[in-house]
Amino acid sequence: MKPFDYVRPATVTEAVAAAAQPGAVYLAAGTNLLDLMKGGVSRPDRLVDVTHLDGLDAIETLADGSLRIGALVSNADLAHDAEFARSYPAVAEALLSGASAQLRNAATVGGNLLQRTRCAYFYDSVSRCNKREAGSGCDARDGENRGHAVLGWSESCIATHPSDFCVPLVALDAVVEIEGRNGRREIELDALHRLPGNTPERESALEPGDLIVAVRLPPAARGFSAHARYLKVRERTSYAFAVVSAAAALRIENGRIAEARLALGGVAAKPWRARAAEDVLRGVAPTADAFQEAAWRALTDAKPSSDNAFKIELARRIVVRALTLAAAGTPARIPALPASPFASTSGAIHA
Amino acid sequence: MPELNLTSAPAHLRHGSNIGQPLTRRDGILKVKGQATYAADNHPPGMLFAVMAVSGIAHGRVTSLDVAAAKRHPGVVDVMTPDHKPALAIDPEIKTNPFVFRMEVLQSNEVRYANQPIAVVIAETLEAATEGAALLAPRYEPLPALVGLDAGESFVPPVVGVGNPTELHRGDVEAGLASAEKQIDAIYETPPQYHNAMEPHAIVASWDGDRLQIDMPTQGLMLSLARIAELFGIAHDKIHIRSPFLGGGFGSKGLMAGPPTLGIMAAKLVGRPVKLVLRREQMYGPVGHRAPTRQRLRIGADGEGRLTALDHHARTVSSTFDDFYEPAADASHTLYAAPAIRTSHDAVRVNTGTPLFMRAPGEATGSIALESAIDEMAWACGIDPLAFRLKNYAEVEPMTGRPFSSKALRACYAQGAARFGWAKRPLQPRQMRDDAGLLVGWGMGTATFPALMFQAEARAAIRRDGSGVMEIGAHDMGQGAWTALAQIAADAVGLDIDRVEFKAGTSDLPDAGIAGGSAHTATAGAAIHSAGAAVIAKLADLATKDERSPLFGAGNAGVIARDGRLIRRDDESRSESYAEILARAGVAEVEARGTGAPNPAAMEEYAMHAHGAVFAEVKVDPELGQARVTRMVGAFAAGRIVNPHLVKSQLFGGMIWGLSFALHEEAITDRRSGRIMNANLGEYHIPVNADVPPLDVITVEEHDPHVNALGIKGVGEIGITGSAGAVANAVWHATGVRVRRFPIRIEELLTQP
Repeated sequence: MKPFDYVRPATVTEAVAAAAQPGAVYLAAGTNLLDLMKGGVSRPDRLVDVTHLDGLDAIETLADGSLRIGALVSNADLAHDAEFARSYPAVAEALLSGASAQLRNAATVGGNLLQRTRCAYFYDSVSRCNKREAGSGCDARDGENRGHAVLGWSESCIATHPSDFCVPLVALDAVVEIEGRNGRREIELDALHRLPGNTPERESALEPGDLIVAVRLPPAARGFSAHARYLKVRERTSYAFAVVSAAAALRIENGRIAEARLALGGVAAKPWRARAAEDVLRGVAPTADAFQEAAWRALTDAKPSSDNAFKIELARRIVVRALTLAAAGTPARIPALPASPFASTSGAIHA
Repeated sequence: MPELNLTSAPAHLRHGSNIGQPLTRRDGILKVKGQATYAADNHPPGMLFAVMAVSGIAHGRVTSLDVAAAKRHPGVVDVMTPDHKPALAIDPEIKTNPFVFRMEVLQSNEVRYANQPIAVVIAETLEAATEGAALLAPRYEPLPALVGLDAGESFVPPVVGVGNPTELHRGDVEAGLASAEKQIDAIYETPPQYHNAMEPHAIVASWDGDRLQIDMPTQGLMLSLARIAELFGIAHDKIHIRSPFLGGGFGSKGLMAGPPTLGIMAAKLVGRPVKLVLRREQMYGPVGHRAPTRQRLRIGADGEGRLTALDHHARTVSSTFDDFYEPAADASHTLYAAPAIRTSHDAVRVNTGTPLFMRAPGEATGSIALESAIDEMAWACGIDPLAFRLKNYAEVEPMTGRPFSSKALRACYAQGAARFGWAKRPLQPRQMRDDAGLLVGWGMGTATFPALMFQAEARAAIRRDGSGVMEIGAHDMGQGAWTALAQIAADAVGLDIDRVEFKAGTSDLPDAGIAGGSAHTATAGAAIHSAGAAVIAKLADLATKDERSPLFGAGNAGVIARDGRLIRRDDESRSESYAEILARAGVAEVEARGTGAPNPAAMEEYAMHAHGAVFAEVKVDPELGQARVTRMVGAFAAGRIVNPHLVKSQLFGGMIWGLSFALHEEAITDRRSGRIMNANLGEYHIPVNADVPPLDVITVEEHDPHVNALGIKGVGEIGITGSAGAVANAVWHATGVRVRRFPIRIEELLTQP
């Protein structure tokens, strides 16, 4: 491996200063970064280990009813926090559908947000990839692109963002707290990840040194707990990224949808909030027809590459199903096979 | 050698016999404790680490390597390249026997497939060697890559598999098809697959003068040793290979390949022990794989649902520089009683590493196509798939007319169907749903695999203290050879298993043949059986010729060996212990050798195959197209079952391979570059635990007096056959959609709900 410096700062301020240097990257659990380094895809000069920083591993309810999740909380700890799972069931379900139990034990909230695409051409350092090496070209565009983006892509890049966790988070208007060289700021999660345009190498709104310290769910996010689901179609039941996934959350009052939230995963370079679909659901009864209409709206702008046209139809169907499941009500317990279409199969074994 | 202790199975469980007992694996505790020493766990003093640099292109030439940059990197000791390497005694392009495959050991700058080794960096640490390999920054002169089943001109290879005829026929296929009431003409495609043993290929090599010590997982100790001797020009007795445990082989560790050879070369170059372990992605190239196939099946049936003709053609690929052809069509030789059968193959050459034996080579690929086509024909005839198979049951081997040495397939069908509840299956597809609205389908497939035998030798001894020794260079790939062969050894010398020192897994022991072709237990077992009989005969000779022995004069009546005693056959009150016999004779031990080999006369006379029937239930989401197996029952007849516990595990494993074949496994090859784009276990999907449903295995009793003295047929690979087709047929039965390209993908099932 390429030799690198390893620093373990004592405070967030020190961390930011250390990571602001060129060639420096943050290291949390490393479930993605270390693989990238072993594969020669990422060759940092300096790792800034943030795992020992104090105060970043709390789950706390704030005075205004928001929930603040420290960036170092592990995926497993968050998903298994009973109060969290009750209040934000779709988020817990998404977390438990991601990766494997071992990875969830290690992976952190902040790291999950910043995981890199799983595009095979990005990982294959022999292939051309504008994201890995700006301006080199995109071998996925005319290559094996069955799993690639159908929304928001450009000729420069058709990669997707692989996170499950981010999909319900973006649907629930999550906010990201960032510590940077100029102090603390916050942005909507929806604004954290960038679409590729002509600069796919710029994946997020973060500046050098920026450290995600927390993710916050606003008070309104709790209002969907009775009708919130995450649904993920994948090629095996665990340890596989979504072919397409969706988070659906509804606030139902007097038999009508007061407010709907919908986001898709596995379809774009960011967790894809489907606001147009949310709009058509506002104030209508939760019917199959309404959900079909929403699904069409969500995928209006979808465009395939050579091998992935099926993802558009699959995404429509997943939207309908996720909304249908959400309307039916959040189950009392997270299913043994979280987010799986087979979740209700009796005798299912834990993933 | 590992200290193996019985983990359970006290003597009283065995009722006097070791064979047939469900002993737990004797190496289990070692493995659970992490004390089983695999090749890469060895660290001789002074050892260096070698890392291969591999080609980024699939075809062309390496024009430059920045050796200076690699050598400048701290810790790098040397860089082995085509210009700087120890000489070999023989050109690695020369095929000295049919089990020698061409390998890339830096003999030129030519690149013939992606991930081909192009240099080896040797360093004080793994990290330094890895970075050194990255710093080589190879430049290439690329040529267009040949990719896929339609690359270039097709041709008819001289043989397929290991010496099988490319084309065989019996009867008039065209006439049979012309006269048929119903015809099926369908094309099935299977993808390239990679063995992906959990343990990567690894070697630790140390030279001491012209002596060579090797730790390396191998399924063929003596074949590897002979190849190494030939490549390095040293005598067999100068080489010692230890291979006590393999973390899976599946056919990819049978023959000496390029990477371990490079490890030996590297050790020679630097004059220190060297360890070379492949990275996962480096296993997608130089160590074999299963080639893709495109198979056309044309089947005719009369108005009664009896086959009139079966024509099975398979297109496959080999590398541009060597020959291995997946014998997929041969699966149609043995199962169904069509009066006219033709099997044929053709191939194209592509820029890949040479394909190789992988988990039922030919049988698995052919089986999923044949079983799908038979299912299609059953439906076309309006007949239940099991009834259709019974109607076309082969009483003799269809392609040759030979009788079967044994064939309990009817019992497999009956017992499997009963356990599964097959009788309740509706004939029409898309009839069943579960409570949650998921589509439910039931499918079946017939399993078959030839009962093969290779050649092996074993050495048995009885010691002064009455204990036994059995030595054979056998291989435990995880299948349980340490246990099953020790059971055979114990019975062979008439002792309890814990009184026999069973030695295996090193090249200084007698040749056990290759652990492949599902033939290891039969082959090594036969040698053990015969060595045991020979040593007991010597012991009996000592006793029966000695007038001081209670067995004196029993020569004609004979003696039997049981529980450490020789007992007069016609008078069990007269017996003597092994220890007493040896003590009086004044010898430390008696020893004898025995061999195991196929019986050519029996093979001429009989068709020898294991059989089975697999039944699968799948559920499919009607809108989302996600399919999962929810239940599987397999009933197999494979002759004598040496250890029912381990055999079940092997059959479970085979059925999971089948499930994986039908729904998951596929190497995705970039159509332009020829690079494998999912060369890792994250993206090359094999089933996880949650994809594997409750499995039920029935071993059907079968006595075969012809296959070998012990009646063993082998169970290593048969589980994948039948299973893949059963899952595919169940998907059809659930959905009404016949998918003929494997694995079955979500998009194929996204039909109108």
